[in-house]
Amino acid sequence: MRVNGTEVAAEVEDRLLLAHFVREVAGLTATNIGCDTTSCGACTVLLDGESVKSCTVLAAQADGCEVTTCEGLAGPDGQMHPVQQAFHTEHGLQCGFCTPGMVMAAVSLLAENPDPSEQEVRAALEGNLCRCTGYHNIVRAVLAAARAGVREGGAR
Amino acid sequence: MIPAPFTYQRAGSADEALSLAAAAGEDAKFLAGGHSLLPLMKLRFAVPEVLIDIGRLRELSYIRDEGDHIAVGALTRHHDLEHSGLLTRELPLLALAAGRVGDPQVRHRGTIGGSLAHGDPASDLPAVALALDATLVARGPSGSRQIPAGEFFLGLFETALEPGELLTEIRIPKPPVPGWSFQKFTKRAIDWAIVGVAVQGQRVALVNMASAPMRAAAVEEALAGGAGPEEAAAHAAEGTNPVSDINAGAAYREHLARVLVARALTESAART
Repeated sequence: MRVNGTEVAAEVEDRLLLAHFVREVAGLTATNIGCDTTSCGACTVLLDGESVKSCTVLAAQADGCEVTTCEGLAGPDGQMHPVQQAFHTEHGLQCGFCTPGMVMAAVSLLAENPDPSEQEVRAALEGNLCRCTGYHNIVRAVLAAARAGVREGGAR
Repeated sequence: MIPAPFTYQRAGSADEALSLAAAAGEDAKFLAGGHSLLPLMKLRFAVPEVLIDIGRLRELSYIRDEGDHIAVGALTRHHDLEHSGLLTRELPLLALAAGRVGDPQVRHRGTIGGSLAHGDPASDLPAVALALDATLVARGPSGSRQIPAGEFFLGLFETALEPGELLTEIRIPKPPVPGWSFQKFTKRAIDWAIVGVAVQGQRVALVNMASAPMRAAAVEEALAGGAGPEEAAAHAAEGTNPVSDINAGAAYREHLARVLVARALTESAART
């Protein structure tokens, strides 16, 4: 599969989960494993551009697909993605554990709906739990990213 | 949590899926989106020896207007049902209910056929299939057969599908009368329904009120006899057999069924 634009090829066990592939085979540890039960969303990555919970996808199911993790968002010069920038500016994180998943869920939302209402943002993040309960600024960050994305002519 | 070891196989066509299943025998399971099966496997409640991945069979992902009915391919994802203009127009109950399954990530993976074939009484779409009087099309080694939704759900995680049989299509008649409603009561947004209700016209189906999804026959009888929403909903718990679990006791589920059926019938009536 391609992970963040780089081909990652490996022989893996049939039962290996995508979350473990990303962390242990590709060596990308932004993707956190939280609940391991498809509930918390900390392990959210993009699979062919759409958000999925990587603890509930087999690595084999992603064979040949395009996987994007939080590490893959920034520009080649290290410039943060508008969603990352907005989480930074709006202080959309406290302990940070849910943040990579929140950011990926937000990127997926804005790809489908570049100008969501606050209610739509809250609904779109229903699959991502923040154990610090810091939802207020997370929602503000996603709305700010949407505004920034519109200004720049769409999210990268 | 990691599933017990199994052999992963990927089918390139429905025909190949059937022959792989025939070769693997009774310990094989089809893997569609995996969002019901993989969590069970991680908990080791399900321990199949062979997983046959049918997730890439695009031939089974479609929503078609067939005149008197809508044909939905079994591998159509919840996300696609939710955003289908055709369904929003013709079968808004299905479009709305699909958009209430899990969360966006789950809806990007989970499929209507996977949800129905899994046979979980707490899932939303089985009750929706009952309310819509759907017909399920299954393919096996000896050909295709049609199974009415009312004869498909046999019990907890038990359906009329034979081992090696693959659910391929869901056929849903266009509703003759317009009223519909979907009600789902959960603690958190992403949870399974503690109780849910799907209404299409005079048909009323219940989520999580027995070991299989079921029609609320006593409510339907009352409606047919001219009862209004409140009066008919008083019968919602008749014939049910809800579990008591960490989320709710049986008596509370019976209460919820009456309340939610009343809301559903009222909303449905307002849409006619």
